[in-house]
Amino acid sequence: MTILIIAEHDHHQLKAATRSVITAALVFKEDVHLLVAGQGVEAIAKSAAAVQGVARVLVVDDPAYAHHLPENLAPLVVAIAVDYSAVLAAASSFGKDLLPRVAALLDVAMVSEVTRIVDPNTFVRPLYAGNLNATLQSAERIKLLTVRVSSFEAAIDGGNAAIETLPATADAGLSNWISTEIQPLDRPELATARVVVSGGRALGSAEQFQQVLAPLAARLNAALGATRAAVDAGYAPNDWQVGQTGSVVAPELYIAVGISGAVQHIAGMKESKVIVAINHDPDAPIFQWADYGLVADLFDAVKELEQGLQ
Amino acid sequence: MKIVVAVKRVVDPNIHVRPRADGADVDIVGVKMVINPFDEIAVEEALRLREAGIASEVVAVAVGTTQSQEVLRHTLAMGVDRALLIETETMPQSLATAKLLRVVVEREQPRLILIGKQAIDDDAAEVGQMLAALLNVGQGTFASRLELTSEQVVVTREIEGGQQQVLLPLPAVVTTDLRLNEPRYVKLPNLMMAKKKPIEVLKAADLNVDIAPRLTLLQVAEPAVRAPGIKVSSVQELIIKLREQTKVVS
Ligand SMILES: Cc1cc2nc3c(=O)[nH]c(=O)nc-3n(C[C@H](O)[C@H](O)[C@H](O)COP(=O)(O)OP(=O)(O)OC[C@H]3O[C@@H](n4cnc5c(N)ncnc54)[C@H](O)[C@@H]3O)c2cc1C
Ligand SMILES: Nc1ncnc2c1ncn2[C@@H]1O[C@H](COP(=O)(O)O)[C@@H](O)[C@H]1O
Repeated sequence: MTILIIAEHDHHQLKAATRSVITAALVFKEDVHLLVAGQGVEAIAKSAAAVQGVARVLVVDDPAYAHHLPENLAPLVVAIAVDYSAVLAAASSFGKDLLPRVAALLDVAMVSEVTRIVDPNTFVRPLYAGNLNATLQSAERIKLLTVRVSSFEAAIDGGNAAIETLPATADAGLSNWISTEIQPLDRPELATARVVVSGGRALGSAEQFQQVLAPLAARLNAALGATRAAVDAGYAPNDWQVGQTGSVVAPELYIAVGISGAVQHIAGMKESKVIVAINHDPDAPIFQWADYGLVADLFDAVKELEQGLQ
Repeated sequence: MKIVVAVKRVVDPNIHVRPRADGADVDIVGVKMVINPFDEIAVEEALRLREAGIASEVVAVAVGTTQSQEVLRHTLAMGVDRALLIETETMPQSLATAKLLRVVVEREQPRLILIGKQAIDDDAAEVGQMLAALLNVGQGTFASRLELTSEQVVVTREIEGGQQQVLLPLPAVVTTDLRLNEPRYVKLPNLMMAKKKPIEVLKAADLNVDIAPRLTLLQVAEPAVRAPGIKVSSVQELIIKLREQTKVVS
């Protein structure tokens, strides 16, 4: 049997998240096929075929998939999935939207946010904001998994998979796309950045958030992240939230600035390789997670850090 | 227009849960339980839609043991019109929950079904999408804003890097994200009054739904602890450490 991965793309490029899913899928020791659905996805299919570990790329090109609507994609995945032993996608807003819908249509249970594939039937996933890890066994005929991207390395180029075109399923007529607004960034994207600089409530305003953190992020080629408190206060956009209910990141370096270290925030960054915390309260819980803690006023320290790195 | 809201009873987010001594499950004996925060947001949204005259009735539904009546009381105190418990022996898994909720939706025939984005115990984010699939209706997941009319709902969804808007004909399922609203504070007199209100109870066993668990929990364990770090005394020392310890700082 074979593993099916639902590729994620924005019609310009294959998302790095999908590369991590490919690495996760290799644990099954079976052939890996990648489904690329969209409108005008020839180039995406070609780049998918070049990723190491992919045996075949299945292409479905149709206006019904132009906006990745789960109502249209789920019947397609269901039609294809019957021949596969497992279907995987990234635990991103795309994968989390789609795969539970597929699971219900197939009448199988799914396992979300898998951080480790122990064997083809056994999976580890976090519970309770990552305070606990559950090991689950599934006897379902098809294993449906979303994979936590930060837990698996991204597969690199070097493959040469065959590309096969498959027919589309009809537009389900249950949803209509209106608009997608993606803020253009001159920085790496949060989920896969090698360095993340995150700010908390202590930044005090949207202006200060930018003024204080953006130069440091630019210096380190880092993505910016935030706590829920900072987002709720309007200092940072929603999708910058790191944590249990935001993005989960595991960069080489995570710098937490003016962040107390609530479990819900820790859940989203504790797998980072090196964690730095800057906080003026020596008892802040964030210091229990930091490899390097600096007790200081953030407004002085961040500037000094940025200048010191020149 | 009728709105059905699904609410789950979960461990209070401020509590640090631990595994049971035998590692077979989570130890939640005697722990403080609350309504799942995302579901409180869903209830709040439904109430605001009723207060705006767009919805006429709000029905809260919980699946779980008889103790889940507590969270239904909370929704009654917030102001829902009716509360319904689908009583089970233990907390069912996601797919079974979706199947049970489907029975209620088919009976109540709401135009909008509001579900939390995720339950903060299992952190699964599955039930809403599964329910939408079983009902064969559209889904607007991770909603930070919704505009409802009698025929359709326009949902603003939180996605990586920005947001997306979709239009769903009704009926539809919407799952609520943190930024949708800030739930109202429940006043004590309302809580006292809610104690007297009836809660309808349906036994899951009578509903002819397969709710047997599909996944076997083998083990629950605490993650490996991080090696303790150090405090540096200055920014200069921090920079030296970073240059030694990571390639990303030059
Ligand atoms: C259901 C639920 C889900 C949640 N999901 C998330 C999530 O996904 N992500 C998330 O982040 N949170 C989440 N939270 C919120 C979380 O519980 C905390 O409230 C939040 O993380 C706190 O953010 P903060 O650290 O910015 O603010 P605070 O806790 O207020 O901390 C601010 C810190 O800044 C320090 N400080 C202040 N001034 C300075 C200064 N001048 N210099 C240096 N340090 C300074 C203070 O000492 C303090 O430690 C969730 C909560 C719930 C209930
Ligand atoms: N036992 C339950 N009873 C009622 N609603 C539930 C239950 N479990 C999950 N839900 C709903 O489904 C949402 C997502 O849950 P989950 O898929 O478990 O993360 C929750 O926020 C609730 O709205």
